[in-house]
Amino acid sequence: MGPLLELRGLTKHYPSHCAVDGLTLTIGEGEFFSLLGPSGCGKTTTLRLIAGFEQPSSGEILLRGAPVSGLKPYQRNVSTVFQNYALFPHLDVLSNIEFGLRHQRVEAGEAARRVAELLALLELENKQRRRPAELSGGEKQRVALARSLVVHPAVLLLDEPLSALDPNLRKQVRNELRAIQRRVGIAFLFVTHDQEEALSISDRIALLREGRLVQTGAPEELYLRPNCRFAASFLGPVNWMNGIGVRPEATVISPQPHPAGGSRPAVVLNCTFLGNCFHVAVRLESGECFTAEIPRQAALFAPGQPVHIWWDKRDELELPEL
Amino acid sequence: MNWLRLLFMAPAWLFLALLFLLPLGIVACYSLLSRGLYGGVMPPWTAGNWLRLAEPLYLEILLRSAAVAAASTLLCLALGFPLAWFIAQSGKRRNLWLALVMLPFWTSFLVRTYAWMFLLRDTGLINSVLLAAGLIREPLPLLYNYGAVILGLVYSYLPFMVLPLYVTLERLDKSLLEAAADLGARPWHSLWQVVMPLAAPGIRAGALLVFIPCLGAYLTPDLLGGGKTILAGTLIQNQFSSARDWPFGSALALALTGIVLVALVFEIRRKQETLL
Repeated sequence: MGPLLELRGLTKHYPSHCAVDGLTLTIGEGEFFSLLGPSGCGKTTTLRLIAGFEQPSSGEILLRGAPVSGLKPYQRNVSTVFQNYALFPHLDVLSNIEFGLRHQRVEAGEAARRVAELLALLELENKQRRRPAELSGGEKQRVALARSLVVHPAVLLLDEPLSALDPNLRKQVRNELRAIQRRVGIAFLFVTHDQEEALSISDRIALLREGRLVQTGAPEELYLRPNCRFAASFLGPVNWMNGIGVRPEATVISPQPHPAGGSRPAVVLNCTFLGNCFHVAVRLESGECFTAEIPRQAALFAPGQPVHIWWDKRDELELPEL
Repeated sequence: MNWLRLLFMAPAWLFLALLFLLPLGIVACYSLLSRGLYGGVMPPWTAGNWLRLAEPLYLEILLRSAAVAAASTLLCLALGFPLAWFIAQSGKRRNLWLALVMLPFWTSFLVRTYAWMFLLRDTGLINSVLLAAGLIREPLPLLYNYGAVILGLVYSYLPFMVLPLYVTLERLDKSLLEAAADLGARPWHSLWQVVMPLAAPGIRAGALLVFIPCLGAYLTPDLLGGGKTILAGTLIQNQFSSARDWPFGSALALALTGIVLVALVFEIRRKQETLL
């Protein structure tokens, strides 16, 4: 069986700039795939090209091997969860969810079964008669998800669906989203600019920058073996020294030098409390600034205190400048 | 701060009291008096003017006026909706199109209505062109019928339909249309199931703004309809001029106001319901 969704040299030019530039990707059946990148990297445009809201300047989109570029949005077997959810304000929750079924040849019993299943899965049973204006952000998000899943799309496109939620809810919904995706087995193409979100939720991630693909891979692969400095820095903080990068959590800091030698002397600049850990900023004798992450329970360091830092050679990221 | 509020409200209240409520009260009194010999009114008080409204002749004219106003409103909606949609979609150009919609207001209403007479009459532009082209032998009866009246009303009041429709359509979230298409709705279905329901407040506002003046229109039916088409406006005018029956004219005018008031109250009630 071939890939579910294939992008071949997908390109979208606007009069002022090139939003997507020769993007080639394949997404498998049932995969949770994230498009990650800073704002303006073309991830949302890519989603809109796949949904059919925009036409590519060149390149091809294949869904289960068949090109879809000539098809209208209502002819494509994909559906979208919009950033603002785009729920129909004049319809209640149930009618919003049923909307897509009215335009597909789904037999009535099957339609009712699907709706009931999704209402249960997304815990919306007692909200059926509410209007979108009467729902909380999390509930709207679940309705949007149910509305898109009910039509059984080949791939579900999610455009930063968590960005409108407050941070506490976001982590909870993130886990729910992952669980729902597992349950329904439909491939999710998830757009986000939040690297933590992408790392925690995805089977695979494609990192984009200025419309081009930087790197694809599993979350650990991207975090531990980034292929350039941009990828390394985008996925998490990095200390750079002579072209070598070390992540703060791989940096060990101690008042004593490493018994086997090879540690570097430094002076503590400050300590930042981050809730679950501390970040200790130090200045090396060579002048570079380094950040080391230490557990919350660890002994604190005072500014001006002389310390030693070292790291495992295997944690070094040796990357070319990009 | 209450006195400041009163001070600021005073001009509006004064305006309403002197120029609306007081004249309306006078008309109400007239409608309950008897007709004078040479126009005007005289005692005794009577309810006879109001009872005459129920006579088939007058009832028919009122109903016919309502039908003409309703037909004009529907035509305005049918023409105004696509126009308002087009303007709402046209990006930077929308101000130009809106200005063009308003442009007819720069010319006198009377002049515009006379212009239609010159176009529609037997020796008018349309008939002479068709005659000269040999397409017809006799001039088409374009003027002095209900068709001409409705044409004139639609032409005059179309902007009142387009503007409120434009406002609601312009505010319509475009991602809702994308969501509908995304869920498999063809453009035609999106129009009926998403755009129309969400544009309903604009449709109702536009319908009222067109229906109300059409119901009481006098000039257009008189000029384009000629003597053959008596509508409410013409009937009222007749009572105050040739018929010299001011009390009955007053009752007719108030009845028309009443119909409009009922429509307005209905609409306001509805608005409050949707707000709750």
